[in-house]
Amino acid sequence: TASPLLRLLLKTLIYCRHQVLRIKTKNEEEVKQLQLLESLEHLELDFWINPSAPALPVDVRIPAVSVQSVKAFLESQGIAYSILIEDLQVVLDKEKQDMAESALRHRSSTFDFGAYHTLDDINAELDNLASEYSFVEKIQIGQSYEKRPLYVLKFSTGGSNRPAIWLDAGIHSREWVTQASALWIANKIASDYGTDESITSLLDKMDLFLLPVANPDGYVYTHTMNRMWRKTRSKIPGSVCVGVDPNRNWDAGFGGPGASDSPCSDSYHGPHANSEVEVKSVVDFIKNHGNFKAFLTLHSYSQLLMYPYGYKCTRPNDYAELESLGRAAASSIRSLYGTTFQVGTICKTIYQASGGSIDWSYDNGIKYSFAFELRDTGRYGFLLPANQIVPAARETWLGLKKIMEHVRDKSS
Amino acid sequence: RAMELPPSHFPAARAAAVAVGYLRYLRGGPGRGLELRELRRARRQDIDDVGHKYYLELELEDVLDKDRTVNCTAEVLYHLGSKNSAPDVQVTVQGELRSTEEADKEFYNWIRSLEKELVAENIPDSHGNVPPELEPIHLLAWVASGYVIWQNSTENTKFHLAQVKHVKQVKRSDEDLQFDFVVLLHEMVSQEVLPWQVTLLWHPQRGAQVSQS
Repeated sequence: TASPLLRLLLKTLIYCRHQVLRIKTKNEEEVKQLQLLESLEHLELDFWINPSAPALPVDVRIPAVSVQSVKAFLESQGIAYSILIEDLQVVLDKEKQDMAESALRHRSSTFDFGAYHTLDDINAELDNLASEYSFVEKIQIGQSYEKRPLYVLKFSTGGSNRPAIWLDAGIHSREWVTQASALWIANKIASDYGTDESITSLLDKMDLFLLPVANPDGYVYTHTMNRMWRKTRSKIPGSVCVGVDPNRNWDAGFGGPGASDSPCSDSYHGPHANSEVEVKSVVDFIKNHGNFKAFLTLHSYSQLLMYPYGYKCTRPNDYAELESLGRAAASSIRSLYGTTFQVGTICKTIYQASGGSIDWSYDNGIKYSFAFELRDTGRYGFLLPANQIVPAARETWLGLKKIMEHVRDKSS
Repeated sequence: RAMELPPSHFPAARAAAVAVGYLRYLRGGPGRGLELRELRRARRQDIDDVGHKYYLELELEDVLDKDRTVNCTAEVLYHLGSKNSAPDVQVTVQGELRSTEEADKEFYNWIRSLEKELVAENIPDSHGNVPPELEPIHLLAWVASGYVIWQNSTENTKFHLAQVKHVKQVKRSDEDLQFDFVVLLHEMVSQEVLPWQVTLLWHPQRGAQVSQS
């Protein structure tokens, strides 16, 4: 008897070089010949359609060792046949692969966008989206302090380094509605391309880069250790405290008011600008790309739609346009469920805060730089019930779309 | 002499948060959770040698009765060098708040009927869930944290209750219910999430009282 290992090997390769023939009998005589063949058990022939009447085809699977002899017999009798399947194993292997891929696709349509997910589940869904849509690609732009990959979804329907839009979420790990909304938004854009006029015209002209989990180490930490963790998880030399506020670490008024120089603080700016690999990876990616027109970032909570500056309380040069666009976006958001977002500069709306991402992007030539603070206004705060994820994502998407449409129109 | 402030800017928003905290302490309960629907108007007056006084017009809603709102006016005075003193707050509610007499009585009787003292943690949980039977406890935590927020606010802070980390009922010989809370307060300006111990006494007719830790 075969050993378990051998049996396993045999099970997986059992149909290697088996052939399936279709035999066309012309008369009763030929049918009888095939019935004779059928009776020869040592050949181990597996008739898929048994010989019964001359008009009906006979399909038979023949083990590799018997293929030549059966063919020789048929030819000697003048019985016509054709090869249905050259190598059954190849067919079965392909079918298995197709089923696995289909299961992946099926899983994507069953991903629950109205629930909070672990990092692993989010990354699996990114793979799903990339495999399901030809214009969606998952790229890695770096890795976190604890060596987790920083995955970005690239939405591109062609061209070469088209003008691009940047969207990130979860830079502050406890703001769970943002990572969750980013997933919904990714799926929305991917599935509506080709049918939604706005998304289609947008992606026909521009590329979109979406980073759903900008701070994966922090996100894992909020699942495993401390739901209220905000910062990265980097070790700080000379301190027992861990982590830097990644939205005080950008090279924009770095170290100025509104950021702490104490490592134990939740708004610690870090030892120097771009000290955090999570920040540097994005900076390098955007600089190397060289053609970004918009930089959009999601935070929670407070329901605010803000533009630069945070590090200083003076208005940006493009104040009028950004204020107007911000108001239009807030209006779009409100149109869905009545959710009100306040619009204004960071400095006037929440506080002076240095080293922020949209200040950096704006000062580096990316005019359309906006930061969203999503639902709610404090009733649940960071602990937004999961049943509000999809409504929050839907309304936020309307605001983002308004901004992206404007960017598209201005970039052509 | 009072300066008009944009309601969407943070100075007015911070003062409004203090007023709401104060009002929750005064008028909140297991059957009533007051939330700010909209800050309609804000003005500020700088009073020499005294401090900064904010005049606010607020629209509030009860989270258990969201179909209607109630207007109120508030005055929040931050004292100069306000390190050690709480802001003075006055609030006037225009019209009637929905009665919670029945809900209060039901809750009171339920707690009094418990054989073992109530203990609970993480309200809401990580996913934002609050078991329905614990919603009154959640709202009492708003009352307790409303007091803490009022007492500890300055013009440079904005507090919200982030989570009830732990709550333990303590049985008493008198008629009051006692809950020992550990709440997490999120301070928006520093972004710190700070644990705070606060003991709340509550009675359906007498209302709430904090005996601070």
